[in-house]
Amino acid sequence: MNFEIPNFLPAVPEMFVLGMACLILVIDAFLPDSRRDVTYGLVQATLVAAAGLTLWMMGPETVLTFSDTFVKDPMADILKVAVYVTSFLVFLYARPYLMERGIHKGEFYVLGLFAVLGMMIMISGHNLLTLYLGLELLSLSSYALVAFWRDNSRATEAAMKYFVLGALASGLLLYGMSMIYGMTGSLDIAVIAAELVAADESMNVPLVFGLVFLVVAIAFKLGAVPFHMWVPDVYDGAPTAVTLFIATAPKIAAFAFLMRLLVEGMGPLHADWQGMLIILAVLSLAVGNVIAIAQTSIKRMLAYSTIAHIGFLFMGILAGTDSGYASAMFYVIVYAITAAGGFGMIVFLSRKGYEADQIDDFKGLAKRNPWFAFIMLLLLFSMAGVPPTVGFYAKLAVIQAAVGAELVWLAIVAVIFSIIGAFYYLRVVKMMFFDDPQEGAEEPVQPSGALAAALSINGLAVLLLGIFPGLLLSLTHYAIIG
Amino acid sequence: MFADWPILSLLIWLPILGGFLVLAAGRDAPHVARRLGLAVAVATFVVSLPLWFVFERGTAEMQFQELASWIPAFNVNYHLGVDGISMPLILLTTLITVVVVVAAWESVKDRIAYYMAAMLVMEGLMIGMFASMDAVLFYVFFEAMLIPMFLVIGIWGGPRRVYATLKFFLYTFLGSVFMLVALIWMYIQSGSFLIQDFHALQIGLTAQILIFLAFFMAFAVKIPMFPVHTWLPDAHVEAPTGGSVILAAIMLKIGGYGFLRFSLPITPDASAVLDTMMIVLSLIAIVYIGLVALIQSDMKKLIAYSSIAHMGFVTLGFFLAFYIYSNTGDWEGASLGIAGGMVQMISHGFISAAMFLAVGVLYDRLHSRQIADYGGVVNTMPWFAAFFVLFAMANTGLPGTSGFVGEFMVILAAFKADFWIAFLAATTLILAAGYTLWLVKRVIFGAVANENVAGLSDMNRREFFLMGVLAFFTLLLGVWPAPLLDVMNATIDHLVAHIAQSKL
Repeated sequence: MNFEIPNFLPAVPEMFVLGMACLILVIDAFLPDSRRDVTYGLVQATLVAAAGLTLWMMGPETVLTFSDTFVKDPMADILKVAVYVTSFLVFLYARPYLMERGIHKGEFYVLGLFAVLGMMIMISGHNLLTLYLGLELLSLSSYALVAFWRDNSRATEAAMKYFVLGALASGLLLYGMSMIYGMTGSLDIAVIAAELVAADESMNVPLVFGLVFLVVAIAFKLGAVPFHMWVPDVYDGAPTAVTLFIATAPKIAAFAFLMRLLVEGMGPLHADWQGMLIILAVLSLAVGNVIAIAQTSIKRMLAYSTIAHIGFLFMGILAGTDSGYASAMFYVIVYAITAAGGFGMIVFLSRKGYEADQIDDFKGLAKRNPWFAFIMLLLLFSMAGVPPTVGFYAKLAVIQAAVGAELVWLAIVAVIFSIIGAFYYLRVVKMMFFDDPQEGAEEPVQPSGALAAALSINGLAVLLLGIFPGLLLSLTHYAIIG
Repeated sequence: MFADWPILSLLIWLPILGGFLVLAAGRDAPHVARRLGLAVAVATFVVSLPLWFVFERGTAEMQFQELASWIPAFNVNYHLGVDGISMPLILLTTLITVVVVVAAWESVKDRIAYYMAAMLVMEGLMIGMFASMDAVLFYVFFEAMLIPMFLVIGIWGGPRRVYATLKFFLYTFLGSVFMLVALIWMYIQSGSFLIQDFHALQIGLTAQILIFLAFFMAFAVKIPMFPVHTWLPDAHVEAPTGGSVILAAIMLKIGGYGFLRFSLPITPDASAVLDTMMIVLSLIAIVYIGLVALIQSDMKKLIAYSSIAHMGFVTLGFFLAFYIYSNTGDWEGASLGIAGGMVQMISHGFISAAMFLAVGVLYDRLHSRQIADYGGVVNTMPWFAAFFVLFAMANTGLPGTSGFVGEFMVILAAFKADFWIAFLAATTLILAAGYTLWLVKRVIFGAVANENVAGLSDMNRREFFLMGVLAFFTLLLGVWPAPLLDVMNATIDHLVAHIAQSKL
């Protein structure tokens, strides 16, 4: 076996983030608690620098390296930038939350950075093992993050649930991967795809058998119905700062994971996984939107709303066309930005000993702080898919993909459930604008400087991307179609 | 000289940006908010006037076109333009917004800057919707205007405002999402979101019927037609006066406009197949809703039901075209019905606005909308009574007022179609006279009913001005409708020629 030095260049951002994460881990150990902001600053600087590196190295060509286990293509570049941006926002929102509760520890940021690295590897994985490695790095960091407020029993409980179910999903994934490996004899995504094209009828049953496990594992990780039960519990139980993290950027990585595995690897089996995704999509839309109505906790409500959004995401992918993948990519980026803002608003309203995680806590916000009530209004209407916010174009894009794939009925099912979904978003708007504040919470609220600026930018971005959606849509089309 | 100016963009963005300016400058200064709001509304109205004077009559071409690339990935463009159908509706919008802003001067006390901003933003969105030539752009404006209206009813509305505004939002949202699916389907077929490309699209009958029903869901809810009208009385009763005026005078017209812009030209064969359904629903609106209006005890509710009945005339006029063709074999008379429907829409814009303002005038004084709380108002408010009677007469369709012109044209067209349709449509003259004049009798005439009425003061200058402007247009359109018809004729003839050609 001859050894040649691999081309390290495409993986420079990953190596940079890894190096920085290790360095920050060491530096943090020597910092007193009062200087924790140094860790925070370094982590944010790492994200900015990584974004710079990725943008600098961006190119239209697809480059494979490390014996074809790692790929760098336009989709990877754009998704990584989206991960940096949302993670940057998340850390920014999380900081005041952690400080107020006396859990402003370096571990949060370092674990977060390792999770970002895991996402980057998922996005660039071109081999079943690389993909699995990235996923586990992300998952293990996330379990630890959920559990990291160890004095909080609800968070600990949530972490246990998350870990047990996550481990189950990983097991299913590995099992599916082993089936595929057994049938095709390779772990390489491109080789698998080529083998599948050449496969004869007799291989169909075991292949689909393996495929089912892959799809189930992905559905578990994304939280699609009927594998969604952990989502509301974990979102609700985890500290809001952590919920913020696991609800946003990992979805972008999961989208890439799905693209690499199902579309690039299992593309020839499209007809088989399309049917599975249709079932998952319809169930997610139905259960997510209907059960969200019954929630009193805003974190649980947003958890069910996430489930419904995953249904929409699947709609774009299952169409099986390039414009469908591009629309799903657009959808997931829009979702991450909007969800970050939505959970950021909960952080903004919460105080030490007061989590503001009930929908009622939003009552009368328009009287307490009209500007941020307006920002929340934009975010909610974006989630509901009402123009002129960007959420509308995300829905437009995936519905168009479904109609283009001659799945008009699916589009109609989706819009019917999005009307049902509109109700619970409107209910929050109603509480903010039409109701009076709860007793004892009448005084105005004002977030700290950085949080206020970031939330405002986040909310206005949802509006501005809605007025000028062309650029982001063109980017996602460029990423997929070229 | 105005032909090259981006008048339409100006008309859309001036009020929207002006609205945010009002919000920024007037949050803590109600006087600034009022004056600035009025200035923006008047400026928008002035900017809209060149549309009327420069508009080229005698052509069905889209005029004042503007084109810019917007979402290249989906071939969506920022494409504006007006024809003889949309131009009068834009002018109606700019005029009514001025009226609404002035009407809010004293009657809205809570958070006036937000109110003014919502009204102005809504104006821009409505104009954008009328001026859109691109279906996605149309849809964006169509949906976006729900947000300010939702807030207006919910914040400044009556006791059951939350129920009413949620119902309003969800009903309209429900209707429009199906239209979105239909629009996307047609985009997949034609490769473009330009509405004119949809007009030229050849579509099979089954698909046409499905598309027609999708549009029907969107526009029938908006206009509203029986049986999806139930949100309107709730929304009207709970909305503040300005909200009611915008709803009745402009938002209902969006449904009618949608039928003319989308349903008829895109799915003419489905319209022909389903015309009986549409005509029957229109007649139910005219007759049954007219009867319902008779028994109302709340003035706003009565006018709301009367609006539904009048909108029944609009849809009747539009869909008679197909009935006339299938009965007589030619399209003679079809234009008459459609033009009648259009005149009815504009006329109802003035009359319903005036009626809701009149109720607002009374409500500001006694804080009651119940008919039973009034009586003999003429004794204390003679000027008000004079205007009220005038608008009541216009509402019943008295010749010489604008209400007569549209109804007369539609009934005339109905005679060409079928005697019994005309007969049933004509009952509105009796029913409308019944509920409106009975309202006048109970509220305006008779002896002074109670102490409250005895203490009423007549309209102030501001209210007089509002009523005067609306009365002027009601009478002008009633005695001299020719200029309006002149503007619309070419477009409507073109539309009829277009729907006369089967797409099958």
